[in-house]
Amino acid sequence: MEKYSAFKLLKHSFSHHENWKRVWRSVSPKKSYDVVVVGGGGHGLATAYYLAKNHGIKNIAVLEKGFLGGGNTARNTTIIRSNYLWDEAAQLYELSLKLWEGLSRDLNYNVMFSQRGVLNLGHSLQDMRDIERRVNANRLNGIDGHVVFPDDIKKIAPLINISKDVRYPILGASYQPRGGTARHDAVAWGYARAADALGVDILQHTPVTGINCSEGKIKSVQTNYGEIFAKKVACVVAGNSGVLASMAGFKLPIESRPLQALVSEPLKPCLDTVVMSNAVHGYVSQSNKGDLVIGAGVDSYNGYGQRGSFHIIEHTLQAICELFPSFSRVQMNRQWGGVVDTTPDACPIIGLTPIKNLYMNCGWGTGGFKATPGSGYVFADTVANGTPHKLAAPFSIERFYTGALIDEHGAAGVAH
Amino acid sequence: MLLIYCPYCKQYRDEEEFSYAGEAHIKRPQNPLAISDESWGNYLFFRKNPSDVHHEMWNHSSGCRQFFNVARDMITYEIKETYCISESPKIEKYKK
Repeated sequence: MEKYSAFKLLKHSFSHHENWKRVWRSVSPKKSYDVVVVGGGGHGLATAYYLAKNHGIKNIAVLEKGFLGGGNTARNTTIIRSNYLWDEAAQLYELSLKLWEGLSRDLNYNVMFSQRGVLNLGHSLQDMRDIERRVNANRLNGIDGHVVFPDDIKKIAPLINISKDVRYPILGASYQPRGGTARHDAVAWGYARAADALGVDILQHTPVTGINCSEGKIKSVQTNYGEIFAKKVACVVAGNSGVLASMAGFKLPIESRPLQALVSEPLKPCLDTVVMSNAVHGYVSQSNKGDLVIGAGVDSYNGYGQRGSFHIIEHTLQAICELFPSFSRVQMNRQWGGVVDTTPDACPIIGLTPIKNLYMNCGWGTGGFKATPGSGYVFADTVANGTPHKLAAPFSIERFYTGALIDEHGAAGVAH
Repeated sequence: MLLIYCPYCKQYRDEEEFSYAGEAHIKRPQNPLAISDESWGNYLFFRKNPSDVHHEMWNHSSGCRQFFNVARDMITYEIKETYCISESPKIEKYKK
Protein backbone atom coordinates (compact mmCIF):
# COMPACT_ATOMS: atom_id res chain seq x y z
CA MET A 1 0.00 0.00 0.00
CA GLU A 2 1.29 3.39 -0.91
CA LYS A 3 1.15 5.53 2.23
CA TYR A 4 -0.60 8.85 1.77
CA SER A 5 1.19 11.92 3.13
CA ALA A 6 1.88 15.55 2.30
CA PHE A 7 5.27 14.50 1.03
CA LYS A 8 3.71 11.94 -1.36
CA LEU A 9 1.33 14.60 -2.63
CA LEU A 10 4.28 16.85 -3.42
CA LYS A 11 6.23 14.01 -5.02
CA HIS A 12 3.33 13.00 -7.28
CA SER A 13 2.68 16.58 -8.31
CA PHE A 14 5.93 16.44 -10.30
CA SER A 15 4.41 13.69 -12.47
CA HIS A 16 1.02 15.45 -12.73
CA HIS A 17 -0.56 12.92 -10.32
CA GLU A 18 -0.61 10.29 -13.06
CA ASN A 19 1.36 7.60 -11.24
CA TRP A 20 -0.70 6.98 -8.10
CA LYS A 21 -1.07 3.27 -7.39
CA ARG A 22 -4.49 1.64 -7.64
CA VAL A 23 -6.27 1.85 -4.31
CA TRP A 24 -7.07 -1.88 -4.21
CA ARG A 25 -6.14 -4.84 -6.39
CA SER A 26 -8.42 -6.37 -8.97
CA VAL A 27 -8.37 -10.11 -8.23
CA SER A 28 -9.99 -13.35 -9.33
CA PRO A 29 -11.19 -15.58 -6.52
CA LYS A 30 -9.27 -18.48 -5.01
CA LYS A 31 -10.88 -21.91 -4.59
CA SER A 32 -11.29 -21.51 -0.86
CA TYR A 33 -10.95 -19.00 1.93
CA ASP A 34 -10.74 -19.03 5.72
CA VAL A 35 -13.45 -16.39 5.90
CA VAL A 36 -15.81 -15.20 3.18
CA VAL A 37 -17.50 -11.91 4.00
CA VAL A 38 -20.70 -11.48 2.00
CA GLY A 39 -21.45 -7.79 1.41
CA GLY A 40 -18.93 -5.09 0.49
CA GLY A 41 -20.51 -2.16 2.22
CA GLY A 42 -18.92 -0.28 5.09
CA HIS A 43 -19.77 -2.93 7.69
CA GLY A 44 -18.51 -5.83 5.54
CA LEU A 45 -15.26 -4.11 4.64
CA ALA A 46 -14.70 -3.06 8.25
CA THR A 47 -15.29 -6.68 9.31
CA ALA A 48 -12.68 -7.90 6.81
CA TYR A 49 -10.23 -5.19 7.89
CA TYR A 50 -10.49 -5.97 11.61
CA LEU A 51 -10.35 -9.73 10.94
CA ALA A 52 -7.04 -9.21 9.16
CA LYS A 53 -5.68 -6.55 11.50
CA ASN A 54 -6.79 -7.71 14.96
CA HIS A 55 -7.09 -11.45 14.47
CA GLY A 56 -4.31 -12.22 12.00
CA ILE A 57 -6.58 -13.98 9.50
CA LYS A 58 -5.15 -13.28 6.05
CA ASN A 59 -7.08 -15.58 3.74
CA ILE A 60 -10.27 -13.49 3.45
CA ALA A 61 -12.55 -12.58 0.57
CA VAL A 62 -15.22 -9.88 0.45
CA LEU A 63 -17.98 -10.60 -2.08
CA GLU A 64 -20.02 -7.63 -3.26
CA LYS A 65 -22.92 -8.00 -5.69
CA GLY A 66 -22.59 -4.46 -7.06
CA PHE A 67 -19.71 -2.07 -6.59
CA LEU A 68 -18.06 -1.11 -3.31
CA GLY A 69 -20.10 1.30 -1.27
CA GLY A 70 -22.93 1.37 -3.82
CA GLY A 71 -25.58 0.17 -1.39
CA ASN A 72 -26.65 1.73 1.88
CA THR A 73 -23.12 2.95 2.62
CA ALA A 74 -23.56 5.50 -0.15
CA ARG A 75 -27.25 6.11 0.47
CA ASN A 76 -27.38 7.32 4.05
CA THR A 77 -27.22 10.80 5.54
CA THR A 78 -23.83 10.12 7.23
CA ILE A 79 -24.91 11.16 10.73
CA ILE A 80 -22.71 9.86 13.56
CA ARG A 81 -23.70 9.96 17.23
CA SER A 82 -23.74 7.62 20.21
CA ASN A 83 -26.49 9.08 22.42
CA TYR A 84 -28.50 5.89 22.79
CA LEU A 85 -30.60 5.26 25.88
CA TRP A 86 -29.90 1.67 26.94
CA ASP A 87 -26.51 0.55 28.25
CA GLU A 88 -26.02 -2.19 25.65
CA ALA A 89 -26.69 0.06 22.67
CA ALA A 90 -24.86 3.04 24.16
CA GLN A 91 -21.69 1.00 24.69
CA LEU A 92 -21.75 -0.42 21.18
CA TYR A 93 -22.28 2.96 19.49
CA GLU A 94 -19.76 4.64 21.81
CA LEU A 95 -17.11 2.07 20.84
CA SER A 96 -17.90 3.04 17.29
CA LEU A 97 -17.62 6.76 17.97
CA LYS A 98 -14.25 6.23 19.65
CA LEU A 99 -13.03 4.31 16.61
CA TRP A 100 -14.32 7.09 14.33
CA GLU A 101 -12.18 9.56 16.27
CA GLY A 102 -8.99 7.77 15.21
CA LEU A 103 -10.18 6.25 11.94
CA SER A 104 -8.52 8.52 9.36
CA ARG A 105 -5.14 7.96 11.03
CA ASP A 106 -5.73 4.22 11.47
CA LEU A 107 -6.67 3.73 7.81
CA ASN A 108 -4.26 6.36 6.47
CA TYR A 109 -7.25 7.63 4.52
CA ASN A 110 -9.17 10.83 5.17
CA VAL A 111 -12.75 9.82 5.98
CA MET A 112 -13.54 13.51 6.64
CA PHE A 113 -14.96 12.77 10.08
CA SER A 114 -16.27 16.10 11.28
CA GLN A 115 -17.41 16.42 14.91
CA ARG A 116 -19.85 19.22 14.29
CA GLY A 117 -22.31 18.19 16.98
CA VAL A 118 -25.78 16.67 16.80
CA LEU A 119 -28.96 18.29 18.10
CA ASN A 120 -32.02 16.12 18.82
CA LEU A 121 -34.92 18.53 19.21
CA GLY A 122 -37.82 18.24 21.64
CA HIS A 123 -41.22 19.76 20.83
CA SER A 124 -43.36 18.72 23.78
CA LEU A 125 -43.09 18.28 27.53
CA GLN A 126 -42.84 14.53 27.10
CA ASP A 127 -40.06 14.98 24.51
CA MET A 128 -38.15 17.09 27.05
CA ARG A 129 -38.62 14.51 29.81
CA ASP A 130 -37.30 11.81 27.48
CA ILE A 131 -34.37 14.01 26.48
CA GLU A 132 -33.43 14.69 30.12
CA ARG A 133 -33.61 11.00 30.90
CA ARG A 134 -31.52 10.04 27.86
CA VAL A 135 -28.86 12.69 28.47
CA ASN A 136 -28.54 11.53 32.09
CA ALA A 137 -28.28 7.91 30.97
CA ASN A 138 -25.63 8.90 28.40
CA ARG A 139 -23.56 10.75 30.97
CA LEU A 140 -23.65 7.76 33.33
CA ASN A 141 -22.30 5.71 30.42
CA GLY A 142 -19.46 8.21 29.87
CA ILE A 143 -21.03 9.65 26.72
CA ASP A 144 -20.93 13.41 26.27
CA GLY A 145 -24.13 15.38 25.94
CA HIS A 146 -26.23 18.03 27.59
CA VAL A 147 -29.69 19.49 27.48
CA VAL A 148 -29.92 22.82 25.66
CA PHE A 149 -32.78 25.31 25.43
CA PRO A 150 -34.09 27.46 22.55
CA ASP A 151 -31.66 30.36 23.08
CA ASP A 152 -28.65 27.98 23.06
CA ILE A 153 -30.04 26.18 20.01
CA LYS A 154 -30.32 29.50 18.18
CA LYS A 155 -26.62 30.12 18.87
CA ILE A 156 -25.64 26.68 17.56
CA ALA A 157 -27.88 26.85 14.44
CA PRO A 158 -28.77 30.50 13.80
CA LEU A 159 -31.22 29.83 10.94
CA ILE A 160 -33.50 27.69 13.08
CA ASN A 161 -36.97 28.95 13.97
CA ILE A 162 -37.42 29.04 17.76
CA SER A 163 -40.60 31.10 17.60
CA LYS A 164 -43.45 30.01 19.87
CA ASP A 165 -46.23 30.51 17.32
CA VAL A 166 -45.57 27.45 15.17
CA ARG A 167 -47.50 24.21 15.27
CA TYR A 168 -44.71 22.38 17.14
CA PRO A 169 -42.48 24.94 18.88
CA ILE A 170 -38.96 23.91 19.86
CA LEU A 171 -38.74 23.55 23.63
CA GLY A 172 -35.19 22.30 23.83
CA ALA A 173 -32.82 19.61 22.61
CA SER A 174 -30.14 17.17 23.55
CA TYR A 175 -26.76 18.14 22.17
CA GLN A 176 -23.88 15.75 21.61
CA PRO A 177 -20.85 17.83 20.57
CA ARG A 178 -18.74 14.77 19.68
CA GLY A 179 -21.31 13.63 17.12
CA GLY A 180 -21.13 14.74 13.53
CA THR A 181 -20.76 13.43 10.00
CA ALA A 182 -18.22 11.62 7.83
CA ARG A 183 -17.73 11.16 4.11
CA HIS A 184 -19.55 7.91 3.35
CA ASP A 185 -17.71 6.90 0.16
CA ALA A 186 -14.38 7.52 1.84
CA VAL A 187 -15.35 5.12 4.61
CA ALA A 188 -15.91 2.29 2.12
CA TRP A 189 -12.83 3.17 0.09
CA GLY A 190 -10.62 3.66 3.15
CA TYR A 191 -11.59 0.31 4.66
CA ALA A 192 -11.25 -1.41 1.27
CA ARG A 193 -7.76 0.03 0.73
CA ALA A 194 -6.57 -0.87 4.21
CA ALA A 195 -8.06 -4.38 4.03
CA ASP A 196 -6.56 -4.95 0.59
CA ALA A 197 -3.15 -3.94 1.95
CA LEU A 198 -3.51 -6.71 4.54
CA GLY A 199 -4.18 -9.26 1.78
CA VAL A 200 -7.99 -9.32 1.69
CA ASP A 201 -9.39 -10.20 -1.76
CA ILE A 202 -12.18 -7.80 -2.74
CA LEU A 203 -14.48 -9.15 -5.43
CA GLN A 204 -16.96 -6.72 -6.90
CA HIS A 205 -19.91 -7.73 -9.11
CA THR A 206 -19.97 -11.12 -7.38
CA PRO A 207 -23.47 -11.84 -6.09
CA VAL A 208 -24.00 -14.84 -3.84
CA THR A 209 -26.75 -16.98 -5.37
CA GLY A 210 -26.70 -19.89 -2.97
CA ILE A 211 -25.38 -21.09 0.36
CA ASN A 212 -24.30 -24.72 0.60
CA CYS A 213 -24.30 -26.46 3.95
CA SER A 214 -23.67 -30.04 4.97
CA GLU A 215 -24.76 -31.50 8.31
CA GLY A 216 -25.76 -28.08 9.62
CA LYS A 217 -22.34 -26.64 8.85
CA ILE A 218 -21.35 -24.10 6.22
CA LYS A 219 -19.48 -25.52 3.24
CA SER A 220 -19.40 -22.99 0.43
CA VAL A 221 -21.17 -20.15 -1.31
CA GLN A 222 -22.40 -20.22 -4.89
CA THR A 223 -21.35 -17.23 -7.04
CA ASN A 224 -20.99 -16.24 -10.68
CA TYR A 225 -17.38 -17.53 -10.34
CA GLY A 226 -18.74 -20.93 -9.31
CA GLU A 227 -18.51 -22.45 -5.88
CA ILE A 228 -16.20 -20.72 -3.37
CA PHE A 229 -15.38 -22.86 -0.32
CA ALA A 230 -15.16 -21.22 3.07
CA LYS A 231 -14.38 -22.30 6.62
CA LYS A 232 -16.49 -19.43 7.88
CA VAL A 233 -19.03 -17.17 6.18
CA ALA A 234 -19.93 -13.76 7.57
CA CYS A 235 -23.06 -12.13 6.10
CA VAL A 236 -23.35 -8.36 6.29
CA VAL A 237 -25.94 -7.66 3.63
CA ALA A 238 -28.38 -5.21 5.27
CA GLY A 239 -31.68 -5.19 3.38
CA ASN A 240 -30.96 -8.53 1.70
CA SER A 241 -30.32 -10.40 4.96
CA GLY A 242 -33.69 -12.13 4.73
CA VAL A 243 -32.88 -13.34 1.22
CA LEU A 244 -29.55 -14.82 2.33
CA ALA A 245 -31.11 -16.36 5.42
CA SER A 246 -33.74 -18.08 3.29
CA MET A 247 -30.92 -19.47 1.08
CA ALA A 248 -29.47 -21.03 4.22
CA GLY A 249 -32.93 -22.21 5.31
CA PHE A 250 -33.84 -20.07 8.31
CA LYS A 251 -35.89 -16.96 9.04
CA LEU A 252 -34.90 -13.70 10.69
CA PRO A 253 -36.93 -11.20 12.74
CA ILE A 254 -36.29 -8.63 10.01
CA GLU A 255 -38.42 -6.72 7.57
CA SER A 256 -36.82 -4.85 4.66
CA ARG A 257 -38.13 -1.39 3.94
CA PRO A 258 -37.03 1.54 1.81
CA LEU A 259 -35.57 4.56 3.58
CA GLN A 260 -34.97 7.62 1.47
CA ALA A 261 -32.88 10.75 1.56
CA LEU A 262 -32.51 13.81 -0.58
CA VAL A 263 -30.00 16.57 -1.24
CA SER A 264 -30.53 20.16 -2.27
CA GLU A 265 -28.59 22.36 -4.65
CA PRO A 266 -25.25 23.49 -3.15
CA LEU A 267 -25.50 26.53 -0.88
CA LYS A 268 -22.97 28.71 0.90
CA PRO A 269 -22.21 27.48 4.44
CA CYS A 270 -25.33 28.03 6.55
CA LEU A 271 -25.60 25.06 8.91
CA ASP A 272 -22.52 23.70 10.69
CA THR A 273 -24.20 21.11 12.86
CA VAL A 274 -26.65 18.22 12.50
CA VAL A 275 -30.28 18.93 13.44
CA MET A 276 -32.69 16.06 13.99
CA SER A 277 -36.28 16.08 15.13
CA ASN A 278 -38.26 13.04 16.07
CA ALA A 279 -41.58 14.78 16.55
CA VAL A 280 -41.85 16.67 13.27
CA HIS A 281 -39.73 13.94 11.72
CA GLY A 282 -36.86 15.20 9.64
CA TYR A 283 -33.12 15.66 9.92
CA VAL A 284 -30.74 17.91 8.08
CA SER A 285 -27.05 18.73 7.84
CA GLN A 286 -24.92 20.52 5.27
CA SER A 287 -22.28 18.56 3.39
CA ASN A 288 -18.81 19.86 2.62
CA LYS A 289 -19.99 20.42 -0.96
CA GLY A 290 -22.66 22.78 0.40
CA ASP A 291 -25.79 20.78 -0.30
CA LEU A 292 -28.31 20.20 2.43
CA VAL A 293 -28.53 16.49 3.19
CA ILE A 294 -32.05 15.72 4.33
CA GLY A 295 -33.28 12.48 5.79
CA ALA A 296 -36.78 11.25 5.32
CA GLY A 297 -38.81 8.64 7.11
CA VAL A 298 -38.79 4.95 6.44
CA ASP A 299 -41.69 3.59 4.39
CA SER A 300 -44.41 2.01 6.49
CA TYR A 301 -44.51 -1.12 4.33
CA ASN A 302 -42.02 -3.74 3.13
CA GLY A 303 -40.22 -3.38 -0.17
CA TYR A 304 -36.95 -4.07 -1.93
CA GLY A 305 -37.21 -1.20 -4.42
CA GLN A 306 -34.40 1.29 -3.81
CA ARG A 307 -36.80 4.21 -3.82
CA GLY A 308 -39.38 5.53 -1.38
CA SER A 309 -42.95 6.80 -1.31
CA PHE A 310 -43.67 10.31 -2.53
CA HIS A 311 -45.76 11.36 0.44
CA ILE A 312 -42.81 10.66 2.78
CA ILE A 313 -40.78 13.31 0.93
CA GLU A 314 -43.63 15.78 1.32
CA HIS A 315 -43.94 15.17 5.09
CA THR A 316 -40.17 15.40 5.59
CA LEU A 317 -39.84 18.68 3.71
CA GLN A 318 -42.79 20.10 5.64
CA ALA A 319 -40.85 19.35 8.82
CA ILE A 320 -37.61 20.86 7.49
CA CYS A 321 -39.38 24.04 6.33
CA GLU A 322 -41.01 24.40 9.73
CA LEU A 323 -37.62 24.14 11.45
CA PHE A 324 -35.79 26.29 8.89
CA PRO A 325 -38.26 28.61 7.11
CA SER A 326 -35.46 30.05 4.95
CA PHE A 327 -34.94 26.61 3.36
CA SER A 328 -38.38 26.80 1.76
CA ARG A 329 -36.86 28.45 -1.30
CA VAL A 330 -34.07 25.90 -1.72
CA GLN A 331 -34.44 23.52 -4.64
CA MET A 332 -33.91 19.82 -4.22
CA ASN A 333 -31.37 18.20 -6.47
CA ARG A 334 -31.64 14.45 -6.06
CA GLN A 335 -33.62 11.88 -4.13
CA TRP A 336 -32.92 8.17 -3.63
CA GLY A 337 -33.67 5.25 -1.38
CA GLY A 338 -31.91 2.35 0.26
CA VAL A 339 -33.34 -0.91 1.57
CA VAL A 340 -32.94 -1.09 5.34
CA ASP A 341 -33.29 -4.17 7.51
CA THR A 342 -35.55 -3.20 10.40
CA THR A 343 -35.91 -5.31 13.55
CA PRO A 344 -38.80 -5.21 16.05
CA ASP A 345 -36.64 -3.43 18.67
CA ALA A 346 -34.62 -1.16 16.32
CA CYS A 347 -31.38 -2.82 17.39
CA PRO A 348 -29.02 -4.94 15.29
CA ILE A 349 -28.58 -8.71 15.31
CA ILE A 350 -24.92 -9.69 15.61
CA GLY A 351 -23.69 -13.21 16.04
CA LEU A 352 -24.22 -16.88 15.41
CA THR A 353 -26.96 -18.50 13.33
CA PRO A 354 -28.58 -21.94 13.30
CA ILE A 355 -25.94 -22.95 10.72
CA LYS A 356 -22.50 -23.63 12.21
CA ASN A 357 -19.77 -21.22 11.07
CA LEU A 358 -22.30 -18.96 9.38
CA TYR A 359 -22.46 -15.58 11.11
CA MET A 360 -24.88 -12.72 10.58
CA ASN A 361 -24.54 -9.02 11.23
CA CYS A 362 -27.78 -7.35 10.25
CA GLY A 363 -30.80 -5.44 11.47
CA TRP A 364 -29.02 -2.09 11.69
CA GLY A 365 -32.14 -0.67 10.10
CA THR A 366 -32.22 3.05 9.66
CA GLY A 367 -29.04 3.89 11.59
CA GLY A 368 -26.16 1.66 10.58
CA PHE A 369 -23.69 4.12 9.13
CA LYS A 370 -22.69 5.59 12.49
CA ALA A 371 -21.88 2.10 13.72
CA THR A 372 -19.64 1.06 10.81
CA PRO A 373 -16.30 0.81 12.69
CA GLY A 374 -17.74 -0.64 15.90
CA SER A 375 -19.93 -3.12 14.04
CA GLY A 376 -16.95 -4.38 12.05
CA TYR A 377 -14.82 -4.53 15.20
CA VAL A 378 -17.17 -6.63 17.33
CA PHE A 379 -18.31 -8.78 14.39
CA ALA A 380 -14.72 -9.59 13.38
CA ASP A 381 -14.06 -10.68 16.97
CA THR A 382 -17.25 -12.79 16.97
CA VAL A 383 -16.33 -14.50 13.68
CA ALA A 384 -12.69 -15.08 14.63
CA ASN A 385 -13.45 -16.62 18.03
CA GLY A 386 -16.74 -18.32 17.20
CA THR A 387 -18.35 -16.76 20.30
CA PRO A 388 -20.01 -13.35 20.57
CA HIS A 389 -17.85 -10.38 21.51
CA LYS A 390 -18.70 -8.99 24.97
CA LEU A 391 -20.46 -5.95 23.50
CA ALA A 392 -22.20 -8.00 20.79
CA ALA A 393 -23.58 -10.67 23.14
CA PRO A 394 -26.79 -8.78 24.10
CA PHE A 395 -27.54 -8.40 20.38
CA SER A 396 -27.75 -12.12 19.63
CA ILE A 397 -30.78 -13.52 17.86
CA GLU A 398 -31.74 -15.39 21.07
CA ARG A 399 -33.18 -12.18 22.49
CA PHE A 400 -36.28 -12.71 20.35
CA TYR A 401 -36.90 -15.96 22.23
CA THR A 402 -35.92 -14.85 25.74
CA GLY A 403 -37.68 -11.50 25.43
CA ALA A 404 -34.57 -9.52 26.44
CA LEU A 405 -35.19 -6.93 23.74
CA ILE A 406 -33.25 -3.67 23.70
CA ASP A 407 -36.00 -1.23 22.94
CA GLU A 408 -34.36 1.70 21.19
CA HIS A 409 -37.51 2.62 19.23
CA GLY A 410 -37.97 6.30 19.79
CA ALA A 411 -36.29 6.09 23.18
CA ALA A 412 -32.91 7.21 21.90
CA GLY A 413 -33.68 10.07 19.59
CA VAL A 414 -33.83 7.52 16.80
CA ALA A 415 -35.60 9.47 14.12
CA HIS A 416 -37.83 6.59 13.08
CA MET B 1 -47.71 6.09 -4.86
CA LEU B 2 -49.79 2.95 -4.52
CA LEU B 3 -53.40 2.78 -5.59
CA ILE B 4 -54.93 0.08 -3.45
CA TYR B 5 -58.23 -1.69 -4.16
CA CYS B 6 -60.26 -2.13 -1.00
CA PRO B 7 -62.28 -5.35 -1.35
CA TYR B 8 -64.90 -4.03 1.08
CA CYS B 9 -65.39 -0.54 -0.38
CA LYS B 10 -64.86 -1.98 -3.86
CA GLN B 11 -62.84 1.09 -4.84
CA TYR B 12 -59.27 2.01 -5.73
CA ARG B 13 -58.03 4.51 -3.14
CA ASP B 14 -54.75 6.34 -2.45
CA GLU B 15 -52.21 4.56 -0.19
CA GLU B 16 -52.35 7.37 2.39
CA GLU B 17 -55.85 6.18 3.34
CA PHE B 18 -54.40 2.83 4.37
CA SER B 19 -52.05 1.61 7.03
CA TYR B 20 -49.80 -1.39 6.82
CA ALA B 21 -50.31 -4.32 9.16
CA GLY B 22 -47.49 -6.72 8.27
CA GLU B 23 -47.25 -10.24 6.93
CA ALA B 24 -50.56 -12.01 6.30
CA HIS B 25 -51.68 -15.55 7.16
CA ILE B 26 -49.75 -15.78 10.45
CA LYS B 27 -51.67 -18.10 12.75
CA ARG B 28 -51.71 -17.38 16.46
CA PRO B 29 -50.77 -20.56 18.34
CA GLN B 30 -53.84 -22.28 19.79
CA ASN B 31 -52.47 -22.51 23.31
CA PRO B 32 -49.64 -20.02 23.94
CA LEU B 33 -48.92 -21.35 27.43
CA ALA B 34 -48.24 -24.83 26.11
CA ILE B 35 -45.66 -23.95 23.47
CA SER B 36 -41.94 -23.35 23.79
CA ASP B 37 -40.34 -19.90 23.97
CA GLU B 38 -38.87 -20.59 20.57
CA SER B 39 -42.25 -21.21 18.90
CA TRP B 40 -43.69 -18.15 20.59
CA GLY B 41 -40.71 -16.01 19.47
CA ASN B 42 -41.12 -17.31 15.93
CA TYR B 43 -44.80 -16.40 15.97
CA LEU B 44 -44.17 -12.90 17.36
CA PHE B 45 -41.10 -11.73 15.51
CA PHE B 46 -39.80 -13.94 12.69
CA ARG B 47 -40.98 -13.07 9.20
CA LYS B 48 -40.60 -14.39 5.65
CA ASN B 49 -39.51 -10.99 4.28
CA PRO B 50 -39.37 -12.27 0.66
CA SER B 51 -37.92 -10.29 -2.23
CA ASP B 52 -40.57 -11.44 -4.73
CA VAL B 53 -44.30 -11.61 -3.93
CA HIS B 54 -45.34 -10.82 -0.38
CA HIS B 55 -48.74 -11.56 1.12
CA GLU B 56 -49.49 -8.82 3.59
CA MET B 57 -52.29 -7.24 5.61
CA TRP B 58 -53.49 -3.70 5.12
CA ASN B 59 -56.08 -1.72 7.04
CA HIS B 60 -58.31 0.80 5.31
CA SER B 61 -57.78 3.04 8.34
CA SER B 62 -59.20 6.27 6.89
CA GLY B 63 -62.00 4.47 5.10
CA CYS B 64 -64.05 1.44 6.12
CA ARG B 65 -61.43 0.49 8.77
CA GLN B 66 -61.49 -3.15 7.68
CA PHE B 67 -58.43 -5.35 7.44
CA PHE B 68 -57.78 -7.19 4.18
CA ASN B 69 -54.95 -8.99 2.38
CA VAL B 70 -52.78 -7.82 -0.48
CA ALA B 71 -50.33 -9.79 -2.62
CA ARG B 72 -47.70 -7.33 -3.81
CA ASP B 73 -44.44 -7.60 -5.73
CA MET B 74 -41.58 -6.39 -3.50
CA ILE B 75 -39.48 -4.93 -6.33
CA THR B 76 -42.01 -3.42 -8.75
CA TYR B 77 -44.63 -2.87 -5.97
CA GLU B 78 -47.27 -4.10 -8.44
CA ILE B 79 -50.36 -5.31 -6.57
CA LYS B 80 -51.25 -8.77 -7.87
CA GLU B 81 -54.51 -9.13 -5.99
CA THR B 82 -56.41 -7.98 -2.93
CA TYR B 83 -58.76 -10.27 -1.05
CA CYS B 84 -60.81 -10.36 2.11
CA ILE B 85 -59.29 -11.47 5.39
CA SER B 86 -61.14 -14.79 5.43
CA GLU B 87 -60.15 -15.71 1.87
CA SER B 88 -56.95 -17.33 0.69
CA PRO B 89 -54.87 -16.00 -2.21
CA LYS B 90 -55.89 -17.23 -5.65
CA ILE B 91 -52.35 -17.97 -6.73
CA GLU B 92 -49.79 -18.87 -4.07
CA LYS B 93 -46.68 -18.44 -6.16
CA TYR B 94 -46.15 -15.87 -8.85
CA LYS B 95 -43.47 -16.03 -11.44
CA LYS B 96 -41.22 -12.96 -11.44
